[in-house]
Amino acid sequence: MKSLAELEEIRKRTLDEIKMRTNKDGIRIVVGMATCGIAAGARPVMNRFVEEIAKRRLSDVSVTMTGCIGVCKLEPIVEVINADGTKVTYVKMTPEKASRVVAEHIVNGRVCQDLTIGAAEQAGN
Amino acid sequence: MREIALHILDIMQNSVAAGAGRIGVSITADDGAGMITAVIEDNGCGMDEEMLKRVTDPFTTTRTTRKVGLGIPLLKSSCMMSGGSFDITSQKGCGTRVTAVFGKDHIDRPVLGDLAGVIADMSAAFPEIDIRLELKHRDKCFTYSSADAGRILGEVPVSEPAVVKWLKEYIDEGVKHIFGGVLNEIVG
Repeated sequence: MKSLAELEEIRKRTLDEIKMRTNKDGIRIVVGMATCGIAAGARPVMNRFVEEIAKRRLSDVSVTMTGCIGVCKLEPIVEVINADGTKVTYVKMTPEKASRVVAEHIVNGRVCQDLTIGAAEQAGN
Repeated sequence: MREIALHILDIMQNSVAAGAGRIGVSITADDGAGMITAVIEDNGCGMDEEMLKRVTDPFTTTRTTRKVGLGIPLLKSSCMMSGGSFDITSQKGCGTRVTAVFGKDHIDRPVLGDLAGVIADMSAAFPEIDIRLELKHRDKCFTYSSADAGRILGEVPVSEPAVVKWLKEYIDEGVKHIFGGVLNEIVG
């Protein structure tokens, strides 16, 4: 059985890593996690973001959750808040789309226009 | 909601909205009664009696964006469908306790689901809240507290990917240890 004391090892290992990071604000990925989001599949979407970010070792990107973003019919909704404070809202997300957002937007800085709330609204959703 | 863990996540978000400093989740499997009981308890702002009466009504919500709130009604119907029961008690200024009972071997009981992921992610997302978990079956018990983890971690945030990953594995081990072979979906 694992013991909570093992966290001490992780603390030591991670502390050096954290110190080496630059202090600049990174990108924040926020997943809507209220009843609407959860029911629409926000958990697997969030898990995929966490996996992709760990796999690519993106140390200045954080994934977190929030309550209802307000457009329940477009859930799961994910907001990507760039380092400069600008925000992109992705709608009707799936784990596959999450992988695409990480590769194109987070890593390469190209917004996935077709997945945004703007595209969804134009399409009459 | 396809998993008990997702219902729990949903109810925990209510506790967050209620300004809780502590959210306790306890899950107990009772072979004799053939039931599995999940209790979600917080020390948030609570509700008065009038609100409490209306809270299982889907057309009651504290949100301001719309007029429906489905979290509690969905959990209640999930309990009822598996031959269980549902109860909620609250005291204004003290906190709220939600008790969800499911028929353990009932075909309509949702699976437990990714409980470890839910608890670890909640711990990471709300480091200022003590997220506690207690799993019980017969004389076996597993407990976890995010405040305990936080104390060991010191200046390293719980949201560090390496920490979240470890917490998930740690809690998952607890789930398997307590409920392996007890709940149909968890291999012993």
